[in-house]
Amino acid sequence: MPRRSAGGYDLVAIALHWTIAVLILGLLVLGFIMTRRSIDPALQFSLFQWHKSFGMLALLMAAVRLVRSLTAVRVKPVEGLSALERRTAHAMHYLLLTLAVVVPVAGWMIASASPLEIPTFAFNLVVIPHLPVPKSEAAEMWWTTVHAVLAYSTLALVFLHSAAALYHHYVRHDDVLTRMLGSRYRTVKTSIEEPEP
Amino acid sequence: MTRKTAVIAAMLLTMSLPQASFSAVDVPSLAEAAGRYAITPGSRIAFAVDQVGGGGIKGKFGKFSGTFNLKAGDLAHSMVNFDLKPESVSTGQDRIDAFLRSGAVFDSSRFETISFRSERVEQTGPDSARITGTLTAKGHSSSEIFDVKLTSWNGRKIGFKVSGKIYRSRYAMDVGTPIYSNVVQFDMVIEGERS
Repeated sequence: MPRRSAGGYDLVAIALHWTIAVLILGLLVLGFIMTRRSIDPALQFSLFQWHKSFGMLALLMAAVRLVRSLTAVRVKPVEGLSALERRTAHAMHYLLLTLAVVVPVAGWMIASASPLEIPTFAFNLVVIPHLPVPKSEAAEMWWTTVHAVLAYSTLALVFLHSAAALYHHYVRHDDVLTRMLGSRYRTVKTSIEEPEP
Repeated sequence: MTRKTAVIAAMLLTMSLPQASFSAVDVPSLAEAAGRYAITPGSRIAFAVDQVGGGGIKGKFGKFSGTFNLKAGDLAHSMVNFDLKPESVSTGQDRIDAFLRSGAVFDSSRFETISFRSERVEQTGPDSARITGTLTAKGHSSSEIFDVKLTSWNGRKIGFKVSGKIYRSRYAMDVGTPIYSNVVQFDMVIEGERS
C-alpha cells in the first residue's frame, strides 16, 4: 500500500520518540540497580514493581509507535544521504522500534514464566495478566537472560543512534537531529525554503 | 396430636438434648476438660495472603510451642501462651521463604520469636470461643482476636481450629501491598496434650 510521505515527523511521533527514549534509559538504570545482589529486599521488591509498571507503559507506547511507523506517513530521509547511509539508518530505526517492543515482551515473559507468580499490577491500578506460558525456574532464568542481553544490546544501539544524530547535527549540519526536536528547532534555512503562499 | 403440638413437642425434644448435639464432637463439660495443656508439634500453623487478580501465598510455620490453661469456673481467665519461630516459615518457594525471613518481613535473625499472650476468653457457643490477646512481632505489639472452635477431645488431648485475620501493617511487615493483601488469614489446628 503506497503511503503518503513527509519531510518530517509529526508531533505524536516526536512525543512518542522522546517519551520512549526516557522510559528505556530509566528502565535500564532501574533494571541495573534492582538486580544488584547487595540491595535491600524490600526496596528490591518495590523497584521490580516500578520496573514492571514502567516497562508495560514502554511496551504500550512502543507498540503504538511501531504500528504508526509501519502504517502512518512515511518520513523521507534528509537530503544528501548516500544509499548506504539511508539503508543503515532505516535498518537501525526499525531495529530500535522492534527492540522497544521485544525487550518489554521478554520482561513480561519473565513475570509470566516465574513460579513465584507475582502479579503485574501496573502503577497499582491495572492487573496485567501473565502470558499463557508454562511456569518453571528454568524458563524464568532463560527469559531473564534474553531480557537482559536484549536490553543491554538496545543500550549499545541507542549510543550508536545518538552518536549518528550528533554527527549529523555537528559535522554534517543537516536536519537529522533537529527534525526530531520539533518545528521550533528547525534550521532557519528550512523556513526560507518554504514556498510563499 | 395436632400439627401445632407436634412442632412444639419437637422443639422441646431438641432443647432437652445436650448441647453437644450441635457440635461436630462431643463437647466435654468445662470441668471435665479443665487443666493445663501443652501445644503439640502435631498442630498446624498455616496462613494465607491473597494477591491481586486471584491466588496468593500460602505457607506454614514448622517451629512453635505454647501452653494453654482451661479454667473450669472462669473461662474468661483461661490463658493461652504461644510462641512461633518465623525462621521456620515455608511456602514451597525458597525465594519467597528467604524474602519472608529477611528484613523486609519477619527479620527473623533480629526478631527470633513471634508471641501471643491471651488477655481474655469469651465463650461464643457450646464449642467455640473468642480469644483476645497481644501479638508481638518484629518489635511491635498489637491486640488481636482469634476465633476458636473445638474439633476433638479424647480426655487427654484436645484439638481446636483457630482462625484469625492479622493486619501486617501493624507489625511493619506491609511490604508488597497492595499487590499482596495487608490481611494475613491464619487457619490453625491447635492440638493440646495435658501436661
